[in-house]
Amino acid sequence: MIPLLKRILRTGILTEPPPAPQPAAEIERLHDEILAILGRALTIREVDAGSCNGCELEIHALNNPYYNIEGRGIKFVASPRHADMLLVTGPVTKNMENALRIAYDCTPDPKLVVAAGDCACSGGVFGESYASCGRVDNVIAVDLTIPGCPPTPLALMQGILAAVRR
Amino acid sequence: MQFYDEPIEFEPQPGVSAPVWHGRAASGGQLWNFTTAVFRADGRLAALWGSDERQRRGGFRLHVVFGLDMGHAWVSLDLPADHPVYPDLAGIFPAANRMQRAAYDMVGIASDGPDQRPWLRHGAWPADWYPLRHDTRHEAGVGVGFPNLPSDYDFVKVGGDGAHEIPVGPIHAGIIEPGHFRFSVVGEKVLRLEQRMGYLHKGVEKLFIGADIAAGARLVGRISGDSTCAYAWAYAGAVEAACSATPPPRALGLRALMVERERVANHLGDLGALGNDAALAFGLTQFMRLKEDWLRLNARLFGHRFMMDCIVPGGVAIDLDAQALDAVVEQCYALAPEVKALRTLYDEHAGLQDRFLTTGIISADLARELSLTGMAARATGVLLDGRAYRQGYTPPPPYAALGVRPATDDRGDVAARAAVRFDEIAESLRLIRELAVALPAGATRIEPAPVAGASGLGVVEGWRGEVLVGLSFDAAGKLARVHPHDPSWQTWPAVEHAVLNDIVPDFPLINKSFNLSYSGVDL
Ligand code: SF4
Repeated sequence: MIPLLKRILRTGILTEPPPAPQPAAEIERLHDEILAILGRALTIREVDAGSCNGCELEIHALNNPYYNIEGRGIKFVASPRHADMLLVTGPVTKNMENALRIAYDCTPDPKLVVAAGDCACSGGVFGESYASCGRVDNVIAVDLTIPGCPPTPLALMQGILAAVRR
Repeated sequence: MQFYDEPIEFEPQPGVSAPVWHGRAASGGQLWNFTTAVFRADGRLAALWGSDERQRRGGFRLHVVFGLDMGHAWVSLDLPADHPVYPDLAGIFPAANRMQRAAYDMVGIASDGPDQRPWLRHGAWPADWYPLRHDTRHEAGVGVGFPNLPSDYDFVKVGGDGAHEIPVGPIHAGIIEPGHFRFSVVGEKVLRLEQRMGYLHKGVEKLFIGADIAAGARLVGRISGDSTCAYAWAYAGAVEAACSATPPPRALGLRALMVERERVANHLGDLGALGNDAALAFGLTQFMRLKEDWLRLNARLFGHRFMMDCIVPGGVAIDLDAQALDAVVEQCYALAPEVKALRTLYDEHAGLQDRFLTTGIISADLARELSLTGMAARATGVLLDGRAYRQGYTPPPPYAALGVRPATDDRGDVAARAAVRFDEIAESLRLIRELAVALPAGATRIEPAPVAGASGLGVVEGWRGEVLVGLSFDAAGKLARVHPHDPSWQTWPAVEHAVLNDIVPDFPLINKSFNLSYSGVDL
């Protein structure tokens, strides 16, 4: 236990200030707005609807101590029924189309849908085909898109904050 | 030349890629006999796919790649257009089962075996339509409007007193790829697990048809984002073999440097997640911190956090100057003691070890039976690593000069897979340092020109295991067929075995210890 605690102390707090282009005051205002709209926190259900897993790696990174998105009151949840927002990646494969619709229907209103990554925004390199429905908006209504292949954690964070502000 | 005194004649593939021999089986019987001989010699099934060659040769073609001691044997078998059926190889190598079913779904060539359930086809396209056929009924664009029908899957039922099923997925609770797991349990104990995949099937192989070399490279780097470098190198190796092009030595060094960085990044992430799944959030936080530092250097030096599109046919698209190489070496020296300290903490943490030890066991015999490669195989004690010398096998450059020491652990459980990952991080850090210090000077890229009708196979030891890409060019020098093969094809069925007699709550931990690809096998 002691070496573990020592390491925690030595590591210190690494969390960086929120995304750069946004001035700190703006972030404060955003936080207030999030709290005003959603109560204490924002909950996100992530749905991989056809991704190559690259986007997932960056969404994972949001929880690392540098970005510490949970520390800002934003939490990834296990069920769409607990979620305020669906964060969807990948072109929507035909084989995931139905599951994505079900997840959407299970998410209580009012809900936000964010399409993360070039594939989710436009279909990306996979486009539309016998196996792919293309962009997420072809299947469920999207509120905001975050381009990038994959989008960096910073871009994801900005996108999530921007979506909440709408 | 011949292998095991079987009548199939093999030609060595030219180039500097991993050693490969090409051969043609004259009949299904010859292929079956050869497969048996490979099995008897402790070889393995590396990949299996089909292609439509009706325009060029009047029929279909089955491709089977075997892993032999000395390298890979790529055997093709021509099948008549009106009755494309071949002998079932799943009775010899069980790993063939899913690959054969996928080959039927994609090309419409069938094994004569008993299991004819669809694998990649759910309900999105009709049963008599095969995405990879070349004729007007199967042109690109056809199929966009097919109705997406609900589909049922014939899971094997477990009966008996108190036995019941737990369906999980396709959408899982965490931030992970989709797939379906059907557990048959009694109380908490798992009696059987059956996987159903294909949810991420996005038509990748069809997109390759008719693409040029560069478009294929962009696509191959997006088959599995966590292995983008390994795929890009395997594809580049296949293109270079087909075009008889030799990339410059500096490019080979940089490719290996990137693939080793990819290995370290993934092992760091998974070791953290393993801690988390055993309720040690401290582990996740620490490893994610180290991984983030690692990825940030990638972004700075390669222009991309995962180094996508940096390895290209003919060489590499980036170069590192002396300062950048210094930063790479320095980071290795900084990371090594951090990982070592965390390893001690993991090893001494009673709660963690209690969850890791004897959980999710795979024996070496099972690993061989299922043709496992990579970290999953090495964690059962099977000493198989495409980067390292073994009896009869010389690794491709630049690994041949590095004397790679493969990590093994014969316990076969979650603890073994964690231990192998720790060892591999240490070894990769050494390799990266040596590569950076002794990087040959000179050009980083040549332009391979497509050779009409030629084919090639690239093999790379990725962080999960062996990544293969087999391809061929058409008469116009465009890609006729590209088949990328992920090691997860072989390892997924092993997970079905690993959970037996463990309890359901151990499944996430066991699954994470392998961290297999869904996108890489669904294509
Ligand atoms: S946007 Fe890029 S990283 Fe994300 S799923 Fe698509 S190909 Fe993968």
